[in-house]
Amino acid sequence: MKPRHKRFVLIGVGIAGLALSASLVLSAFQKNLVFFFTPSQVAANEAPVGKSFRVGGLVEKGSLKRDADGLTVHFVVTDTAKSIPVVYRGILPDLFREGKGVVTQGKVGPDGLFRAEEVLAKHDENYMPPAAQDALNQATAKTAAQSVVLPPKGK
Amino acid sequence: MVPELGHFALILALCIALVQSILPLVGAARGNDAWMALARPAAQAQCLFIAVAFGCLTYAFVSNDFSVKYVAEHSNTQLPVAYRVAGVWGGHEGSLLLWTQMLGLWMFAVSIFSRSLPQEMVSRVLSVMGMVAVGFLLFMLIASNPFERLLPAALDGRDLNPLLQDPGMVFHPPMLYMGYVGFSVAFAFSMAALIDGRLDASWARWSRPWTTVAWSVLTLGIALGSGWAYYVLGWGGWWFWDPVENASFMPWLVGTALVHSLAVTEKRGAFRSWTVFLAILAFSLSLLGTFLVRSGVLTSVHAFATDPKRGIFILAFLAVVVGSSLTLFAWRASKVGLGGRFALVSRESMLLTNNALLLVAAGAVLLGTLYPLALDAFGLGKISVGPPYFEAVFVPLMAPALFLMGIAPLARWKQASLPELAVRLRWALAVSFVAAIVVPLAMGHWSTMVGFSMLLAAWIAATSVVNLKAQLAHVPKGRIGARLAQLPRSYYGMLLAHLGVAVFIAGVALVKGYEAETDVRMEVGDTAHLHGYTFRFTAINAVKGPNYTAERGTIEVTRGTESVVTLNPEKRLYIVQNMPMTEAAIDAGFTRHLYVALGDSITPTTWVVRIYHKPFIGWIWGGCLLMGIGGLLAAFDRRYRARARAGSAQLAGAAGLNASAAG
Repeated sequence: MKPRHKRFVLIGVGIAGLALSASLVLSAFQKNLVFFFTPSQVAANEAPVGKSFRVGGLVEKGSLKRDADGLTVHFVVTDTAKSIPVVYRGILPDLFREGKGVVTQGKVGPDGLFRAEEVLAKHDENYMPPAAQDALNQATAKTAAQSVVLPPKGK
Repeated sequence: MVPELGHFALILALCIALVQSILPLVGAARGNDAWMALARPAAQAQCLFIAVAFGCLTYAFVSNDFSVKYVAEHSNTQLPVAYRVAGVWGGHEGSLLLWTQMLGLWMFAVSIFSRSLPQEMVSRVLSVMGMVAVGFLLFMLIASNPFERLLPAALDGRDLNPLLQDPGMVFHPPMLYMGYVGFSVAFAFSMAALIDGRLDASWARWSRPWTTVAWSVLTLGIALGSGWAYYVLGWGGWWFWDPVENASFMPWLVGTALVHSLAVTEKRGAFRSWTVFLAILAFSLSLLGTFLVRSGVLTSVHAFATDPKRGIFILAFLAVVVGSSLTLFAWRASKVGLGGRFALVSRESMLLTNNALLLVAAGAVLLGTLYPLALDAFGLGKISVGPPYFEAVFVPLMAPALFLMGIAPLARWKQASLPELAVRLRWALAVSFVAAIVVPLAMGHWSTMVGFSMLLAAWIAATSVVNLKAQLAHVPKGRIGARLAQLPRSYYGMLLAHLGVAVFIAGVALVKGYEAETDVRMEVGDTAHLHGYTFRFTAINAVKGPNYTAERGTIEVTRGTESVVTLNPEKRLYIVQNMPMTEAAIDAGFTRHLYVALGDSITPTTWVVRIYHKPFIGWIWGGCLLMGIGGLLAAFDRRYRARARAGSAQLAGAAGLNASAAG
């Protein structure tokens, strides 16, 4: 091979390798994206069925219940407008509390029950997961908007 | 008084840094010896003043001076003294001070151990480091002053985040920062070479040990962080592909590429522009890591700043550093040149391939880390990219890299022959296949993932042995010990670091393949079984720590009739922050860890308990330790010191300043 040909081969191999790895990275990326939804969005059937996603909000006060096995817990995540029941088997993070923010990842079943595979820990007592805060803000904004758009029926 | 002294020391350090970043550089351009000679004393004085500031802050912490806002936010009278000292870097302002202190120490080290370098080079290097210091000192003084007063003073502090009250946390940030900041030396050397327009083998020989030390320390720092996550945060996980972890992993990946690229530049004079580019990239990613972690963009235990001014400052600083260095690179890289030629099959081409793979891996991590942030920042929705993505990317990218890692050290420079390599490595390959089949079966059941990983791990180990034999063949005959002693330290460093990778892979694969866990509801007196061990929950007692109260469980572990260990996991409640913490109990053996943690309490004597059997998990950190020690061994190779001596002899003899002539 002449040096010029050799260089072509080298460049060709390089480009092919890069293209291959780029496509690998991008396809893996696309396959593994996890989207975030608020309870209101889940209630409006915007969330995917049979695919894992995240939902966040507040743990509704008084909703935490534990099965007899001591391991399975039920609680309700709410954005103050809508709420979604969650079931999780495992140990809850240290800072999981009723009335506090939470983000959980899992799938929603046909019965509307959210089966969490993961309940995300917070690191600080006062810290609200941004996603959960966002869900609350969205719900508040929506209620405010609705009250403007829909005037009282009496008029 | 003392805090003001510290504040004043920081201002003085900034003034010196300004002088250091301008005068020596101008002096080097104009050939003004007096200005160039300023670089060394300026760097030393700057380091001293930062140390004074650091000492003042430490004093404020130890003496519980809650009139300092930062101390009041991160300490408490109940906090043990060791954690008060660690509290210095427990928050945003202090960790920046630590960053700057590390930079000061690296500058100091460069000023001391650079006697063999030409004066122009030293001046330029220290001047570039001075510029970085200006940025950080300005940032501290403008937007995050650790010495800010709190009036009236707080009666008591708000305590250090309990997650950080751990021995691992005392050492993790300094190590990590030392590694991060260490890449600034390689960066400064690259900038100096670009300004000078000259980059040769001697340049690589000067910058190489610095980069290797930085890389080794970064490796150890990341390992410490991972270990901390394992027993404090993680419910037994050791790596979560959390953005904060990724922030430290990206500079590591690029740094690994840089260490190898520098080797080629030193030995063969090749990859010059590439090496410079990697040095810029490694340091930029270190800055990006600091930005990601410290700006409040990521909310986690690491993110302290909520002040947007800070984030914008770091972002602007990052843009200036990356922008100006890449501009300089684009302008001057052609002067530096590409370096020597090599064939399609050669050690160079294999190292280049691995460099590219490491860079693609770093790019993939960058994508997975930044894309969700960018999407969120532009209001396009919230997504997250979890471990499955990173795992899906890393396995196919790293497998060929690890395979080449076994071959490259045996391949000839410039032109290697594949058939010859195949002959030399046939036994290593056979051994690897045997290991790939035997190990999974010995562990209980076959798993393709484990088999494949063992193939790679054994391949690296076996090729290292072949390599050692080949090297010994060049050494004159004699007693084996004497012959082994003939080989240079850097060679052993390389072998050790590569073996570390093998040990690491074995650990990761065996944990992933064979770990067992169970979550059980246990009342006092109950027993649970896992992997042949019996765990008996014998008691739960209330205990009191210095700044927390805790429920401490007692779990006796037996195997058959033989007693193994008694574990005491705790559920702590840190009083000041009213924050619960799980303190796992671990029995760390060479071939397995037994890990027990208390979950939620159902009644005072009934708890949910999580039990893990984790085979070979210790090997993960053992492998990192080997990599770190290997790197340090290589960095302290005799030839660097021999050069230093030769260099000072030259200086003494008033011969040429340029030690590269000898290279």
